[in-house]
Amino acid sequence: MNISVQTRNLTRRFGRFTAVDRVTLDVYEGEIFGFLGANGAGKTTLIRMLTGLLKPTEGEAQVAGFDVWGQSEAIKRRIGYMSQRFSLYEDLTAEENLTFYGGIYGLRRDQIEQRKAILFEHVGLQPFAGQMTRDLPLGFKQRLALACALLHDPPIVFLDEPTSGVDPKARRSFWNLIYQTAQLGKTLFVTTHFMDEAEYCHRVGIMHMGRMIAVGPPGQLKRQYDKSTMQEVFIALHQSSEEAA
Amino acid sequence: MNASLKRVVAIARKEFLHIIHDPRSLVVIFVLPIFQLTMFGYALNMEIKNVDLAVLDYSRSPISWQLVQTFEGSPFFHVQYFDGQPDELERLFLQRKARAALIIHPDFGRDFHRQPATPVQLIIDAVDPNAATLIRNYSLQVIAEFNRRFGGEIRLPFDVEKAIWFNPDLKSAYFFVPGLLALILIMLCTLLTSVTITREKEMGTMEQILVSPVKPREIIIGKVIPYIVISMTIGVLILSIGIVLFGVPFRGSYVLLALFSSIYIITALSMGLMISTIARTQQVAMMMAQIATLLPTIILSGFIFPLSSMPRPLQWVSNIIPAKYYLKIVRGIMLKGNTFSQLIEPAGVLLVMTLLLFLIARRRFSMHLEG
Ligand SMILES: Nc1ncnc2c1ncn2[C@@H]1O[C@H](COP(=O)(O)OP(=O)(O)OP(=O)(O)O)[C@@H](O)[C@H]1O
Ligand SMILES: [Mg+2]
Repeated sequence: MNISVQTRNLTRRFGRFTAVDRVTLDVYEGEIFGFLGANGAGKTTLIRMLTGLLKPTEGEAQVAGFDVWGQSEAIKRRIGYMSQRFSLYEDLTAEENLTFYGGIYGLRRDQIEQRKAILFEHVGLQPFAGQMTRDLPLGFKQRLALACALLHDPPIVFLDEPTSGVDPKARRSFWNLIYQTAQLGKTLFVTTHFMDEAEYCHRVGIMHMGRMIAVGPPGQLKRQYDKSTMQEVFIALHQSSEEAA
Repeated sequence: MNASLKRVVAIARKEFLHIIHDPRSLVVIFVLPIFQLTMFGYALNMEIKNVDLAVLDYSRSPISWQLVQTFEGSPFFHVQYFDGQPDELERLFLQRKARAALIIHPDFGRDFHRQPATPVQLIIDAVDPNAATLIRNYSLQVIAEFNRRFGGEIRLPFDVEKAIWFNPDLKSAYFFVPGLLALILIMLCTLLTSVTITREKEMGTMEQILVSPVKPREIIIGKVIPYIVISMTIGVLILSIGIVLFGVPFRGSYVLLALFSSIYIITALSMGLMISTIARTQQVAMMMAQIATLLPTIILSGFIFPLSSMPRPLQWVSNIIPAKYYLKIVRGIMLKGNTFSQLIEPAGVLLVMTLLLFLIARRRFSMHLEG
């Protein structure tokens, strides 16, 4: 299998504080990779390094086969990113937001129109295309953010807590969307706090205080730690890390 | 269209959308400057028209009465007889009951027909030096008028040290229209640029842009294009109002003014860019933009207070105020009809300042965006 994201001892320090500590990880093409960790574990920091928003302090990383140290230009064209904090323009309509992102990815006018139609369909937002983004319910804003991240048809998509703050029903339907997106052959890198969501992933990585303490398919991790849910696995891992520390 | 141009266009287009979707911003951008201009214009005109003049007529002769009547007849003065002593004038000035006083000595009536130059005393409250200058000049006009009619020669006990060219009656509109143009352009451009960039940082949208292949240079160009267009439009509006409503002449070349105004606008945009690399929130950006532009431009550009009457250190500081050079250029072109070669000096300084400021701001901005 081809590797989409590869890191080797990737580290980021802020002053003397180490937010991401020698993380080594492979994410395969077409996989939904779940990324778990408590608040402040370093998930967002890791994603920011992989998307070129933040320079690593040490270590290696390749995204879509390109190096984060020197080829961020090439990486940027091949990734989509949905940040933890909703960050589209509230004072633009849903459609204007999409058009804008099409423009900054250098798409042609007709390409933008075509992609917009496909994506509104994909995320189920056609009826709201002309609405001001600020008037959309949060669940719909998140779908719009996903549509923006997918507009230039990137092979790799980073979703940083895409379902925070919405009800279980909206979460469920967003995950359906993630599945559908994976079926288009894309690699999805998804962070979450919700352990039930971890169950939907092909593989998960669990992060604790900057370190990656376990990686594997949910089923395998549950067997390995002899637990029936990911929730229990997470708690057990968390406790043993605390004790070790 | 290549990809880079497409990205610039996408950003500029989005920036216009923000403005169009928010009618309040349009009001702030367009209506406020025009309001300021007209208010300023009429306020200044009124103030200068009704100067309270306290008259201490110790002569009480027919000819002194004629002199007072001439002052009374002028639209600039509002005459009030004052019965007190000259040393009580200070109180009058402090209470703002008078801004100037005319003292006619007891011998005025007799001397007027004998002496070639009969002195009267004019005391002007110079708390506001510009108003004082205006009042002095209006008094000279009134006295010249009086002399024409009655054939005397009154010498005010001070000399008019230099003739004032180009604006012989010191029409205030001649001064404040170029001044307001300089002020509004720099204030608005700096403010809008710094706020629009800081807003993206504050809202987290900048991050979303930065994961795309957009380059810092494209963000800058795309973001400032709408504000260049807006500033130019406002500049044209201010000038039109100045010319049509306040009768300010335009003796030079429009093309020349447009050229130099673009440089000045880029100065302001660079300042805004610089501020956006420091401020974290829109509030802070707004404050910084105001501090950087409002007072320095009002006080240190020569807009309101003549630079030559300032303490040395302030004069020195005024050399780094862009508006000082732009004001020279605008006044030169509008009032004197200056040509390119006559303006090389202020234009050169402005250009160098702009380039420096822009390069520093650009560098800071690019580094700032890299995490
Ligand atoms: N720019 C920064 N400067 C200093 N410290 C930072 C910076 N960004 C993140 N940190 C710190 O790094 C640690 C990891 O933060 P990060 O945002 O990666 O966590 P996270 O796993 O995404 O948490 P959450 O679930 O709350 O989003 C935190 O302690 C945070 O305070
Ligand atoms: Mg996070």
